[in-house]
Amino acid sequence: MSSTQIPENTSNFTSKDLVSDQDIRWCPGCGDYSILKQVQKVLPELGLKKENIVFVSGIGCSSRFPYYMNTYGMHTIHGRATSIATGLKVSRPELSVWVVTGDGDSLSIGGNHFIHTLRKNPNLNILLFNNEIYGLTKGQFSPTSPEGKVTKSSPMGSVEHPFNPLALALGADATFVARSMDRDPKHLQAMIRRSAGHEGTSLLEIYQNCNVFNDGAFFAYTDRATKTDRALFLEHGRPLLFGEGNKKGIRLVDGCHPQVVDVEKEGLSESDLWIHDEKDSLKAGLLARLPENQGNGEGEFPSAFGVFYAVERYCLEGAVRLQIEKARERMGEGDLDALIRGDHVWEIK
Amino acid sequence: MSKEKIQFKTNVVIRFAGDSGDGIQLTGTQFTTSTALAGNDLATYPDYPAEIRAPAGTIAGVSGFQLHFGSDEVHTSGDYCDVLVVMNAAALKANLNHLKKGGIIIANEDGFDEKNLRLAKYPDGVNPIQDDSLEEYQVHIVPVTKLTRECLKDSGLGVRDMDRSKNMFVLGLLYYMYNRSMDPTITFLESKFAKKPEVGEANIKAMKAGYSFADTTEIQNGRFEVKAAPMEKGTYRSIMGNQATAFGLIAAGCRANLPVYYATYPITPASDILHELSRHKNFGVVTVQAEDEISAVASAIGASFGGSLAVTASAGPGISLKTEAISLATIYEIPLVVCDIQRAGPSTGLPTKMEQADLMQAIYGRPGEAPLPVVAATSPADCFDAVFEACRIALEFMTPVFFLSDGYLANGAEPWRFPSMADLREIKVGFANEGDTDDGVYLPYKRDERLVRKWALPGTPGLEHRIGGLEKEDVTGNVSYDPENHEKMVKIRQQKVNNIADHIPLQELDSGPEKGELLVVGWGSTYGTIKAALKQLRAEGVDVAHAHLRYLNPFPRNLGELIKNYDQVLVPEINNGQLVRLIRDQFLYPAIPYNKIKGQPFAVAEIKNKVWELLKK
Repeated sequence: MSSTQIPENTSNFTSKDLVSDQDIRWCPGCGDYSILKQVQKVLPELGLKKENIVFVSGIGCSSRFPYYMNTYGMHTIHGRATSIATGLKVSRPELSVWVVTGDGDSLSIGGNHFIHTLRKNPNLNILLFNNEIYGLTKGQFSPTSPEGKVTKSSPMGSVEHPFNPLALALGADATFVARSMDRDPKHLQAMIRRSAGHEGTSLLEIYQNCNVFNDGAFFAYTDRATKTDRALFLEHGRPLLFGEGNKKGIRLVDGCHPQVVDVEKEGLSESDLWIHDEKDSLKAGLLARLPENQGNGEGEFPSAFGVFYAVERYCLEGAVRLQIEKARERMGEGDLDALIRGDHVWEIK
Repeated sequence: MSKEKIQFKTNVVIRFAGDSGDGIQLTGTQFTTSTALAGNDLATYPDYPAEIRAPAGTIAGVSGFQLHFGSDEVHTSGDYCDVLVVMNAAALKANLNHLKKGGIIIANEDGFDEKNLRLAKYPDGVNPIQDDSLEEYQVHIVPVTKLTRECLKDSGLGVRDMDRSKNMFVLGLLYYMYNRSMDPTITFLESKFAKKPEVGEANIKAMKAGYSFADTTEIQNGRFEVKAAPMEKGTYRSIMGNQATAFGLIAAGCRANLPVYYATYPITPASDILHELSRHKNFGVVTVQAEDEISAVASAIGASFGGSLAVTASAGPGISLKTEAISLATIYEIPLVVCDIQRAGPSTGLPTKMEQADLMQAIYGRPGEAPLPVVAATSPADCFDAVFEACRIALEFMTPVFFLSDGYLANGAEPWRFPSMADLREIKVGFANEGDTDDGVYLPYKRDERLVRKWALPGTPGLEHRIGGLEKEDVTGNVSYDPENHEKMVKIRQQKVNNIADHIPLQELDSGPEKGELLVVGWGSTYGTIKAALKQLRAEGVDVAHAHLRYLNPFPRNLGELIKNYDQVLVPEINNGQLVRLIRDQFLYPAIPYNKIKGQPFAVAEIKNKVWELLKK
């Protein structure tokens, strides 16, 4: 029941054509600039027609995104972009619909629509800019801010436990769950490509630096000194390896308890390690919570980047169309006069 | 049959009452269908509790259905009933005050046993159908439960299933009394129970048994005959308000050549529109039961951007949740039809009772200056025309539009001389086409002489543009924080809505003199009651004028002038005074409010008394 077929090499535009005439108003140094650039770079490679692309956003810094894209676009209201995009996609399955949202927009005020969109699985591409802070309202904690986070609205530290966005998405039966970051353009481009290719709702969480209110929240994953130990890049069918020279690995004890191991020291082969399988929902759940595990002798657990989970399930808009077709097969094309007349009429002469 | 004396009546009001589980609504709607097919004019009023199944036998669980039919014009479901059918003691207790003095009571004897009397809170030892408390009525006591079980004893059904057919026994009894054909109900039962033919047969058998029982016992000292009403020539059917609303939406989609996209969240009394529409997907109708009210309106806005005739619906509490999104549609200037099937509020209020208290919410209930047109239906069948008109205005003027109905219209039924598709006007949609650019740039907020912008659909090359909730620059639609521009845009959006007054009919009088002592101005479901009251007054020698408003925003151009032709203007409403404030505000005319806020429609007598009171002054 897939709907959007992406033909190859039929794009009628270049990256430059995607730049709108509006001045960009994000703070200088904001991570959003990089995301905008990678999206503009990747889109022309997807074989889409420019007029068939629609960007839909909610409210927040990230949600200004559509104004900077020379495509069709809707800047909507807080938290509702996923619902609006779903309505658009269901009514016009041939469009390529992208949702740009943030941790406040989709995980706080729009949490309900976020989980229900994932379960319904319309073919949308959701780019979730997670900066773990409220930027547009000037620096309050967000539902992804860590416990104890000191912000303007939490001077003694946040007392709330945060959401793990990917675990939440998997719990909502998302069919595509991935993570990337603004400061790794190549990886981000690859993930945007994968998201676009997925038939169904693709959720791409993008760690995004807010250099004004939460600077450096994700630097550990990109700084030379720390990145190899803190960031693990997933590849389907490949073992989970990280650290300097990929000397560290992760294996599953009893099939469900991750353990960091020194591959060389313990003389392990690849087959001893956790082999990444994008189709395995249980392992995707373990991956989403990887850094929450207590470290052991060989060090802390890294955070994973890449495609955690990708499976096929029918798309909402396809199912809706199919019912319309079935109804037409069964009852014939709608006849307004017959409908209004009904079964019981009488004549007054 | 020859033994009986047939009495002719011009009109009859029957009220069916019983437990919510007794099938009262079904009995009522079946009698309605047969009565409509017999050519009577009619109006119905279902009066049921919010609880799906309150404890059986209690007052809280009593469900009622009132039907008024006649050989003359019928405009209301009737102030009081001539016949009260009660399935148990609680139903009698809760409904006796609706029965005319001297009226007929048909009571199920088996519903007056010790347990039922106790549940209905009659004092110990008191049984109203055995003592003389009902002396001033004609009481017929029928052991309905016992007789139904008796006639179904060979059916193979259990006692519980047999008892489910007792409403059909009563229906058969009434069909005899009012000389109605059982055929439409037989057809209905055969199709409803196609997969359980034994249940269908049991129901038909029980109905026939009730019919024969009335015949052999001469329950009514004869039968009643209500001749067909002298209605305008044509073909009629019976229609309920929510059904008419659903048909009106489909018709508007057909006449605008657009797919209908209907997104909603279940709520009383709007849900039946969803149920009806979801059965007609062969019209390309998309129905969405969203996760909440906000998602429903939001997805409709997305579908509207995509080029659908987008509709959302709810009752007052749900409409308030949609408020922010409706204001988004207002600043976007895209078509959206918002159906508010009003019920008694505030908050959850009286969910199954009617009220007209969302008028202010419809006109003003949004953040900022967010004007939009408001259209109201006046009768169950009129829901078709009114919602069609709401769709026309939304599509031709690129604006969200409110369509107001209420619980009385939604569930009420009346005969409908239905139109053919060819009778319906075409809805002209103003799409932007490829090449509609200025120097290669598409200007999404460029307007025509009516101040209406064009609808540019995604997929059209060269018209790529962004719309948003931020204030937009005139013509280009780019984000603008310029103070002069904001004021200009607020005024433009207001003027655009005001201009719609040039494209709707002038207000006409429904009846009465063009100048005079008193004008009654109503809107919505009070139409039939006001009409009936003024008709009776006219027969009594008092000629009072009646104007009933379909367009609540903007008002018809001539309304202010029309009002000023009268010494007094009375505005009856089922709310605490809303239209009356709008009239006072816009025309500086001291219109007089008359309000009832009891979850029930006005009685004809109430309107008449109020008119007398004003004329005496």
